Amino acid sequence: MIPRAGILATIWGAARRPNALLLVLAAGFAAGAAAGMSFNQIVGEFGRRFVENRYLTMPVALMLPLVGLLERHGLRERAADLIGRARGATAGRVLLLYTAARQISIALGVNIGGHAGAVRPLIAPMAEGAARARHGELSAAASELIRAHAALAENVGNFFGEDVFVAVGAVLLMKGFFEGVGVPVGVWPLALWGIPTAGFAFGLMWWRARTLDRLIEGMEAKPAARP
Amino acid sequence: MTLLPLEVFHGLAGLVFLATAGSVATDRHHPRRWGSAGFWALLSLTFLGGKALPPLAVGYLVLAMVLLAAAGLVGAGTTAGPEPAQRWAEARRLGNRLFRPALLIPATAVAGSLVLGRLQGANWRLLEAKQATLTSLGLGAVLAIGLGIHLTGARLREPAKEGGRLLQSIGWALLLPQMLAGLGGTLTRAGVGDGIAGLASHLLPMGNPFAAVLAYCLGMAVFTICLGNAFAAFPVVTLGIGLPFVVQAHHGNPAIMGAVGMLCGYCGTLVTPMAANFNLVPAFLLELRDRNAVIKAQWPLAAALWILNVLLMALLVYRF
Repeated sequence: MIPRAGILATIWGAARRPNALLLVLAAGFAAGAAAGMSFNQIVGEFGRRFVENRYLTMPVALMLPLVGLLERHGLRERAADLIGRARGATAGRVLLLYTAARQISIALGVNIGGHAGAVRPLIAPMAEGAARARHGELSAAASELIRAHAALAENVGNFFGEDVFVAVGAVLLMKGFFEGVGVPVGVWPLALWGIPTAGFAFGLMWWRARTLDRLIEGMEAKPAARP
Repeated sequence: MTLLPLEVFHGLAGLVFLATAGSVATDRHHPRRWGSAGFWALLSLTFLGGKALPPLAVGYLVLAMVLLAAAGLVGAGTTAGPEPAQRWAEARRLGNRLFRPALLIPATAVAGSLVLGRLQGANWRLLEAKQATLTSLGLGAVLAIGLGIHLTGARLREPAKEGGRLLQSIGWALLLPQMLAGLGGTLTRAGVGDGIAGLASHLLPMGNPFAAVLAYCLGMAVFTICLGNAFAAFPVVTLGIGLPFVVQAHHGNPAIMGAVGMLCGYCGTLVTPMAANFNLVPAFLLELRDRNAVIKAQWPLAAALWILNVLLMALLVYRF
């Protein structure tokens, strides 16, 4: 019964689409109230956890000035230039390459990419460009399919490379949680056991990339002679 | 004594937020000038004050930040980055040297957790042993900014300003992980874990080791789909199913369970509209007509990967 209140609050919130922070806070208050905590106890609990978990945000805050500085001096252009030289490019291969680059770099702790930072300005146009080079002007459906898969490539590369690096959110969160409940677990084993799934994810991405190229071929196969 | 405690880097992060607040407050063309400046100033206070502030005070600061964000008073400024032509010129001028500072961060993090964490004398040590990796990461970022400034010939103001610009483009979403940790706290206090444990043992034969793994992986995926975030699902499901059944009853390895279980949660993230920043925002960014196009592209991969994760955990968790 108790969890239901919190989860229902979250679902209700999502349906109405208010701010996600407010949603989380509301769910926390619902759960806390169900547990018999007072208003101040709940606020204090959020405050305590907020301070304890500053390490989730600290690396981002310290890295963004560097990222901004390097972007200003052409980091993204340089990266695009490097990738753009690849030959034999298809939409699927561009996306597969991006997933690989994203997985490897984030496993090393470098968070390049992102939907706004890389997919929209670089990756989606490159994938569409590769398909256009092969099939001529693309139908709206094919174009939409490629762009949706560009977002997929970003998410897969991001999610399934991240856990291999020890100093980012997921591994630290797990370590913190296990320590909190008295089960000591090191960060390195947590990162190590993320590796097999990272491999599987890349294999599946390879399959999706091939499927995408075949789908595009099917959609864009032009009749030999047009009336 | 510790020469470089983690708190130093939390403080530096606080200074970055403070600089952001300052640059917003002095930006006359900022569409949400005072709300945004207040938001970043409050955030900087929680980072600079940290454990010196009573939790209740931090809680009210957090409450104020959430209300500012929910009221739509927090937003990005209008200052754009440099022109593409200028960036291309810089890219040609600096070439692959641009990658060096970016690579210095992971290099320092790895070296730091392997070496710097062990540096100590009779009554001092360089880093807190438990926090060696995180501290080295912060140290790496600071060193990389130094190298970046040296390479590009920029002034110190430039990274501060650009960092602020990027922070603003993330905006209030930056707080989500810390907020979700708070939610996890209240859910734990509310005994949600026990509720799920009861439900799981009701539905599945938890005496069977494979059933325990299946229940845990299923729980991670379903809770992530409902909450939209695997980080929020993890403490709840691990406390409810993972620890009592997989670890305590069947002596599974907690590291394997946690690592693979979290990734089962990520499979859930790929198929839920609740994970708006991963699935809905890109649909808008990429101007897709179908708002669910990203989820539709993702679900076959997510389902296949989830099954592989279940098999992986079943195979490994009781063996190591």
